[in-house]
Amino acid sequence: MIDLTPRLQLTSISKRYASVLANQDVSLTVLPGEIHALLGENGAGKSTLVKIIYGSVKPDVGTVSFNGSAAHVRNPQEARALGISMVFQHFSLFETLSVAENVWLGLDKHLTLAEVTQRISAKASEYGLDIDPSRPVHTLSVGEMQRVEIIRALLTNPQLLILDEPTSVLTPQAVEKLFVVLKKLSSEGCSILYISHKLHEIRELCTACTVLRAGKVTGHCNPQNESNASLSRMMIGAEPPALEHRAAKVGDVVLGVHQLTLPRVDQFGMNLNAVSLNAKAGEVVGIAGVSGNGQRELMYALSGEDTRADAAMVTLFGKEVGHLGPAQRRSLGVQFVPEERLGRGAVPSMGLAHNLMLTRNDAISKMGWIRTKDLAKQADGIIARFKVKASGAQATAKSLSGGNLQKFIVGREIDAQPKLFIVSQPTWGVDVGAAAQIRAEILALRDAGCAVLVVSEELDELFEISDRLHVMAKGQLSPSLKRADATVSLVGEWMSGLWPTAEALNSVASEVAA
Amino acid sequence: MMRLKLESRAQNSAFWSYGSPVLALLLTVVIGVLLFIALGKDPMRGLQMFFWEPIRSGYALGELMVKATPLLIIALGLAVCFRSNVWNIGAEGQFVIGALAAGGVALLATKETSRWIVLAILMAGMFGGMAWASITAFLRDKFNANEILVSLMLVYVADLLLGYMVYGPLKDSNGFNFPQSKTFEAVTSIPRLMQGSRMSIGLLIAMAGAAGLWIFLFRTRAGFAQQVGGLAPAAARYAGFSSRSALWVAMLCSGAAAGLAGALEVAGPIGQLTPYVPAGYGFAAIIVAFVGRLHPVGMIFSAVLMSMFYIGGELAQSRLGLPKSITGVFQGLLLFSLLACDTLLAYKLVIKSSPSKSAVGGAA
Repeated sequence: MIDLTPRLQLTSISKRYASVLANQDVSLTVLPGEIHALLGENGAGKSTLVKIIYGSVKPDVGTVSFNGSAAHVRNPQEARALGISMVFQHFSLFETLSVAENVWLGLDKHLTLAEVTQRISAKASEYGLDIDPSRPVHTLSVGEMQRVEIIRALLTNPQLLILDEPTSVLTPQAVEKLFVVLKKLSSEGCSILYISHKLHEIRELCTACTVLRAGKVTGHCNPQNESNASLSRMMIGAEPPALEHRAAKVGDVVLGVHQLTLPRVDQFGMNLNAVSLNAKAGEVVGIAGVSGNGQRELMYALSGEDTRADAAMVTLFGKEVGHLGPAQRRSLGVQFVPEERLGRGAVPSMGLAHNLMLTRNDAISKMGWIRTKDLAKQADGIIARFKVKASGAQATAKSLSGGNLQKFIVGREIDAQPKLFIVSQPTWGVDVGAAAQIRAEILALRDAGCAVLVVSEELDELFEISDRLHVMAKGQLSPSLKRADATVSLVGEWMSGLWPTAEALNSVASEVAA
Repeated sequence: MMRLKLESRAQNSAFWSYGSPVLALLLTVVIGVLLFIALGKDPMRGLQMFFWEPIRSGYALGELMVKATPLLIIALGLAVCFRSNVWNIGAEGQFVIGALAAGGVALLATKETSRWIVLAILMAGMFGGMAWASITAFLRDKFNANEILVSLMLVYVADLLLGYMVYGPLKDSNGFNFPQSKTFEAVTSIPRLMQGSRMSIGLLIAMAGAAGLWIFLFRTRAGFAQQVGGLAPAAARYAGFSSRSALWVAMLCSGAAAGLAGALEVAGPIGQLTPYVPAGYGFAAIIVAFVGRLHPVGMIFSAVLMSMFYIGGELAQSRLGLPKSITGVFQGLLLFSLLACDTLLAYKLVIKSSPSKSAVGGAA
């Protein structure tokens, strides 16, 4: 049964926000049963386009047609009534309610909870989305929450399912399972619009692809006939330079974490349970894992923002520092890049020059006076060295794009010539070119003899820059794994917390002995 | 069909950060005119009371400064608080306790006392205000009590404490049972700047305070750290700036400033302790601080403006027969207009006449 009426057709969509043209003359056609990828970097205009389809944003120009007739979708309710469903990157579930109650909230009012429960179970078994409808949402893992969202979307019997970066919160094994579900849906005639910037996923799953760059369509293709390199050229206009990873010249232990155990601060946090690791001069240690498994808490304890740990649980050059605050740790040679840039790594409404003073004292006299000229000069230096696009040293932090602010913050910390550099999600939301630059700077720092600890959700990134890897799951840290021994499937298994404990003990013991 | 629409700006407008207070003042004047008409008064006479009489003569200007001085001093202290995200709403109470402490010292003076007692009076005022503010700081620090509520409630406690003192222990025994202390000795009075005007050294202290605040905020690391705590608490924590010390610095600064203003008032224009020491300066200074954009220079202008409202209100009462609460009405109008006009900082007004569009009010 071949129906050639496009399921969804966008014609010449344009949308302008205050200063940016988010979409410019974008056209796109999704056929029935097609898994269509929408590929682009952060800020390329993918989200705006999807919001237009889903009715939460109105285009300035252009038309949307659904199943061959013009559709004026004014809000998400109308979109769902038409047969368009969406699974957002950030879940909208009430933690305290059960799975069935959450789903019930989004459905027609005439159904009883028992009926909804039964429908959930039916859908779940039909697609192999294993879930217990009576469980409260706060007991679910992130992957399970996503299943709830998908079931909720499927219960409206959509003809078009939109998924926004669905794999960013999943382990590699969970991604495989998701793909099975999506392929089954597509074989039943449901069209899928799959938003991502992960090239290998798109090549594995999708049969059509629209690439966006800076709000404009830069190509339509069948990703199965393309290579990563050719897709990446369409996405960023160039291929990122390859990194040179020389053998590490490892020195003494700089950072030691010994059986770090901390109860969580709030109910959505994660308890840290006997976390041990070390980082030596001249090596990059990576920490992999799905976020929300204790990485945030570990970073707070290492940066000194959380000083509840016993002094001996964190050591720097053998000195016990668990009780020291961030400024004192900085004076020992630690520089830290937090994962939140605006509001934590930088004060949004202050200029870049002033933001230097959060972690740098170079332009402050002994008496505490600010030498404004030196400060501006220092900021200009970092802006030039790290190719930060900003109107100058006085540009406010919030006026910069996420990637440029990240370059400035990473630059600020690297410029301090640290002995230990801790960085969380170094390239999160950063475009490919800038990400390559940041990774190269991290490796340069390592080659200069600095110990580096990198926390990242991107496995590709960790494999690229780390010398050793740990995996974090449920507040615990796996034993260390050499990069040569790390494979996606092994690390993926460990991300679920399944690492061999006996070996762990041996490995930690040999680490300590080494 | 035309309709108005607010569109968010990419960046806050630099033009409107200065334009908004001016537009707010214009709106206040327009609404004021309508108010005078509604009350059956000649609007031109009304405006004259508020905006011309207070600057008509040298003497009038002096009086303008007499009222602007305490407003500015209190606002300077509050600016430190508000910039550090500490919401001290109780400057009025700190003002009263400062006045009470200063009055207590002034009452110790005899005819033989040295002129230096003025210094002791001012110090007593500052310590009084700091002590009162430190109650709020302590409760916030130790028990995480909301400083807005605590400081505001302590205003009423301070008023009652003043009442107790002037009805009780400090009541003038030769005062025909009026609730007031005896009049302070002449040596205690704050030195005036010139003959024929009530302007005192308080004005110099206020100007020096404005300069000092500018230096603290924009040229010292301590001032920088103080503000980071207000603008981005997580960034302050990341940098290692203590939020506890920021709280204490902010509360003690504003307490000292309000207490100093209290001392300057009782030992200056008032000259004795009475239940009428609280004149609402502590609350008006909150408006002064915000209209002046928490900036030392801006607050000098807004303190003068607010002082005009005080004097204009008194004149409107005596010459036009309007109730004195007209002062408060004008203060409130100005604050509300400013809050409304501040929308233009982050948004621009767009007139949409579908299908074509045109934009106005999008200057810079």
